[in-house]
Amino acid sequence: MINLAIEVGKTTTPEAVMFWFLAPLAVLAALGMLLSKKAVHSAILLAWVMITLAIFYIAQDAVFLGIVQIVVYTGAVMMLFLFILMLVGVDSADSLKETIPGLRPIAITAAVGFGGLMLSLLGRATLGNDIVGLTDANANGNVPALAELLFSKYVWPFEVVSALLITAALGAMVLAHNHRLVARPTQRELSIKRFRGESLANAAGLPNPGVYALHNAVDVPALLPDGTAAEASVSAMLKARGDVIDSKPFQLIELTDEEGEK
Amino acid sequence: MNAANYLYVSALLFTIGAIGVVVRRNAIVVFMCVELMLNAANLAFVTFARINGNLDGQVMAFFTMVVAACEVVVGLAIIVTIYRSRRSASVDDASLLKR
Repeated sequence: MINLAIEVGKTTTPEAVMFWFLAPLAVLAALGMLLSKKAVHSAILLAWVMITLAIFYIAQDAVFLGIVQIVVYTGAVMMLFLFILMLVGVDSADSLKETIPGLRPIAITAAVGFGGLMLSLLGRATLGNDIVGLTDANANGNVPALAELLFSKYVWPFEVVSALLITAALGAMVLAHNHRLVARPTQRELSIKRFRGESLANAAGLPNPGVYALHNAVDVPALLPDGTAAEASVSAMLKARGDVIDSKPFQLIELTDEEGEK
Repeated sequence: MNAANYLYVSALLFTIGAIGVVVRRNAIVVFMCVELMLNAANLAFVTFARINGNLDGQVMAFFTMVVAACEVVVGLAIIVTIYRSRRSASVDDASLLKR
């Protein structure tokens, strides 16, 4: 059983060193999370803040909570955040332009007022001068002591919280599930659409990219026999990503008389 | 060192998170700031548990963690649903009810 706060009533010097080293780093990382333009940077900095908090928990005799903090927060929650960030689009940098005029000064003033109030309140309150410490409460180990409380005094909240977890999981499944609006076309319907359509131009399949073009690559549209670039030859996914080379320079131009004579 | 120093850090982190919730536009970053506020509250719980010498604060911090996990799951599902229909994760774009 790790017992870092050995001396009851005071914190030990190693803990003070640890605190004065890590606490400024945690606050700086939190500020960086607030100020960084890219959401991914915010996520990484928040992960660092959470690891620091886990170390603080372990230093304060909350060994179980420290481990759970690392497993649940930096492990599960932050990975979920990063996963959603990748899904929604990493490059969508947050515009730092304020849309509601005057919101930022008001918010910062209110926050500074609130923070000052909290800090001054904590400074005036007479707490922490004589720490009782958890040596007695953790006599049989932190986890058994927590388990005893959870399954006796807090058994009802514990059950309610488990119901909440199941409800949240179900709710997320319902929210994230998307219905198919139209039925998937069968092969017969696809065939009819191809051969009984308005024209038979694409009946033999769409042209391949790069065919007869200057470059033989997937991001270059093909040139049709009449010299125009075939828009349909490039994958729609490449077009959506903006990775297509513009087709205009590649298509044959009708030479004017002057150029033709040259 | 006084154990109340942990409470000062907790108050600072909570304030930073509160600014972020109001100021930031990106819904995911707003969520991260909410997480930071919850974590700051947890640090205060753990510190008070140590000061008072009983484990009730740690049990409360444990419950907060579970509720935060639920909130993240549902919140991110909502963000993904909004993003799917509106192609944007900005909290200012979801203002259909206003107009």
